[in-house]
Amino acid sequence: MNMIVTPNGTTRPQVRIVIVGHVDHGKSTLVGRLLHETGSLPDGKLDMLKAVSARRGMPFEWSFLLDALQTERDQGITIDTTQIRFRTNSRDIVLIDAPGHAEFLRNMITGASQADGAVLIIDALEGVRDQTRRHGYLLHLLGVKQVAVVVNKMDRVDFSAARFKEISDEISAHLQGLGVKPTAVIPISAREGDGVAERTDRIGWYKGPTVVEALDRLEPARPLEALALRLPVQAIYKFDDRRIVAGRIESGSLVAGDEIVIMPAGKIARIKTVESWPVTPVAGRQGAGRSVGITLDRELFLERGDIIAHANSAPRETRRLRARIFWLHDKPLAKGDQLLVRCGPKESRATVVAIEKAVDPGELSSVENKAIGRNHVGEIDISLSNPIATDPYTENPRTGRLVIEVSGRIAGGGLVLSVDAGQRALPVDIVPVESALRPDERSARYRHNGAVVWLTGLPASGKSTLAKALERRLFSNGGSPILLDGDTLRAGLNSDLGFSAADRSENIRRLAEVATHLARNGHIAIVAAVSPAREDRATARRIADTSFREIYVATPAEICEERDPKGHYKKARAGTLASFTGIGTDYERPEAAELVIDTSTRTVAEAADEIEQMLKTTGVLFDELVDLAANI
Amino acid sequence: MDHLDQLEAQSIYIFREAFGRLKKIALLWSLGKDSNVMIWLARKAFFGRLPFPALHVDTGKKFPEMYRFRDHYGKEWDLDLRVEPCPPIDAVDPTLPPAARSAARKTEGLKMALAKYGFDGLIAGIRRDEEATRAKERVFSPRGLEGNWDVRDQPPEFWDHFNASPPQGAHLRIHPILHWTESDIWAYTKRENIPIIPLYLSQNGKRYRSLGDQDITNPVASNASTIDEILIELEQTKVPERSGRALDHETEDAFERLRVAGYL
Repeated sequence: MNMIVTPNGTTRPQVRIVIVGHVDHGKSTLVGRLLHETGSLPDGKLDMLKAVSARRGMPFEWSFLLDALQTERDQGITIDTTQIRFRTNSRDIVLIDAPGHAEFLRNMITGASQADGAVLIIDALEGVRDQTRRHGYLLHLLGVKQVAVVVNKMDRVDFSAARFKEISDEISAHLQGLGVKPTAVIPISAREGDGVAERTDRIGWYKGPTVVEALDRLEPARPLEALALRLPVQAIYKFDDRRIVAGRIESGSLVAGDEIVIMPAGKIARIKTVESWPVTPVAGRQGAGRSVGITLDRELFLERGDIIAHANSAPRETRRLRARIFWLHDKPLAKGDQLLVRCGPKESRATVVAIEKAVDPGELSSVENKAIGRNHVGEIDISLSNPIATDPYTENPRTGRLVIEVSGRIAGGGLVLSVDAGQRALPVDIVPVESALRPDERSARYRHNGAVVWLTGLPASGKSTLAKALERRLFSNGGSPILLDGDTLRAGLNSDLGFSAADRSENIRRLAEVATHLARNGHIAIVAAVSPAREDRATARRIADTSFREIYVATPAEICEERDPKGHYKKARAGTLASFTGIGTDYERPEAAELVIDTSTRTVAEAADEIEQMLKTTGVLFDELVDLAANI
Repeated sequence: MDHLDQLEAQSIYIFREAFGRLKKIALLWSLGKDSNVMIWLARKAFFGRLPFPALHVDTGKKFPEMYRFRDHYGKEWDLDLRVEPCPPIDAVDPTLPPAARSAARKTEGLKMALAKYGFDGLIAGIRRDEEATRAKERVFSPRGLEGNWDVRDQPPEFWDHFNASPPQGAHLRIHPILHWTESDIWAYTKRENIPIIPLYLSQNGKRYRSLGDQDITNPVASNASTIDEILIELEQTKVPERSGRALDHETEDAFERLRVAGYL
């Protein structure tokens, strides 16, 4: 429970509540009134508001308190969410005011996503409106379970108990249909003060709590420590000799000595220490909510977005999932759309495989399944280009949610309903066996460090010829080069893969994994592969990390076609070879390769010289003999 | 895990996101209580280091105690400190009221520093409880090419997912202590034993609650001469934190105009 410690030593729980509802139903007025009644307004604020109202020739307006922006005051609407604090008898309340206008739904969600509870406001005269229902639905989607409903402007319906009951029944039925039970339904007049902090005579027929009393009963966020450990990797830092895996514990807890599994790879390790500052390492169990840094007992390759869990309760790895989402982007979300999905720090490109349901939560009737419009909700089936580790939200509310990005901006978000556990259903106990040799023992013998030399370029640009020349050259000098030709691997390891974009990505990933393994063991893996997609090569670079050297074999396309040693260009021109890179325009040339070579203007020997030189200047090849004894 | 632990963990999370997702960031160090806490939190996030520059946009009008503090702790904390000057007052929008105009020099200085270094992210120590327009901020707040803040078109930000792709040439403001209050800052300063500038403590019945430039900041009446006393004072006071800041009181929208134009 989130407890605030006051200077005199007492503690009070802190709850965050959001006030939502249709525009003009009186949210900002209620907030102003609440602050006033609980004595939370700073000195001079009331006078300032009076002056601001007078200047505009208006009666006193509470909402000017929160609608701090000129535009908001001028138009009498709340544009963006805001936060303000006050106290009830037993709670410290962070109050989030959210705009009601449909076009500012993204701001309402921004506010409501941080709340432990909500107040849903309804105008007694107007009754339940589209936006009331929409907000009710979104609260449910955002996981806000405690909702107090206030029926405002009771003064405008002569404090009619019958009108109150009518609205109360309608909204209760709507919320319960979504699985949300209102904690109270309260008749009030925010402007006059009835029902806010006091039960006045005019609502003498009402026996339930006031707004302040209802807020006083809200519970702070549920502790997440009881759930299984989820530590998404935010970053890996190597500021000194420690290699620290940093992240925030989303659920569960950990302590040095725990055996953990790193998903999605399924690698096993033990937590060596929990590092911190200014005192390190820290002893004791670290629980959900903490931003920690841990070191592991072995050197494993980890990356941002991996999830650390305990071995017996790991999340599922998947390339396919179903989600219930809300959509905020102008352009409707449709089947086949390409997106970027974020699940914690992990991101993956994704494709919408199906829209299973789409609905405007404001109007109860319309259901369709072609596209999800702006401010609508729906259920979608998505396929991911990289496997991610996730949980259905019913099992873990923190890891079971995702956001969707379009053109670098958050466009929607939602809950993971189910995951289609991919090729590997559950983590297996993988304990990578490290080599018996140290890297420096190998580099002393070969006079080079391990590296992945990646040759990319159009078919027939001369990659394989160059790769073989380089292999011969390095071997003659006592090194340990190994050729990994794309086509050779496709004959065996990658024989299950075709030429779709996804299969090509997977082909490159496997090539990179094999090459990186060789590089880690001191060899120079020479990869010759068209690898047309920039992103796939970026993946390879990520996998091989600092050992990656990219060489762009930039032979002009017409010369490649003229050479055509395998007859591919000919077949492609004749239309008998589908998905062939070269004729089309799908080759994405590197922007920052370590070396660019045009084989139409250089001999093979000259090109090999250039590569050798590059390997020297970038620290792969040694000029001098290493003194083996110095390393012992 | 108590309240301060939670605030700290959240700020560390934000720092690590900013460092990991942006290419070139800097932290704005105004030398005040908030930015000192911010540096402390950053060092927690990065295990004792500040792996990016600390930028002091200097109007030249700070109190001598502040300059002494900067020179001392800039060294002791091993900061990559960049002190950047502000243009003279006549370079600033003459339609602004006097104190706001004086403060707007900082906006201009900030723009110059941005152009000089090409930062794509600036970490700033603003808090929601300080001022009503700050309450409406995002944690990762995109700025236009002119450094301006478009409050009508802020991107959605939920579940700690931040928009971290500023358009070419624009930048993001990152606010790692947006969720803290003035009391939180003091309680944490005390708990962590973070050094402070003595101007915050009462002398002759007055102290500064907020430190800006000499010409536009005034002390408030207070007898609080220790952090404990400050905390008790804050528990009881109804005087707003920025009451000693002249620019906030000039016109209804002086501060909003400044902020939309890029002020912190």
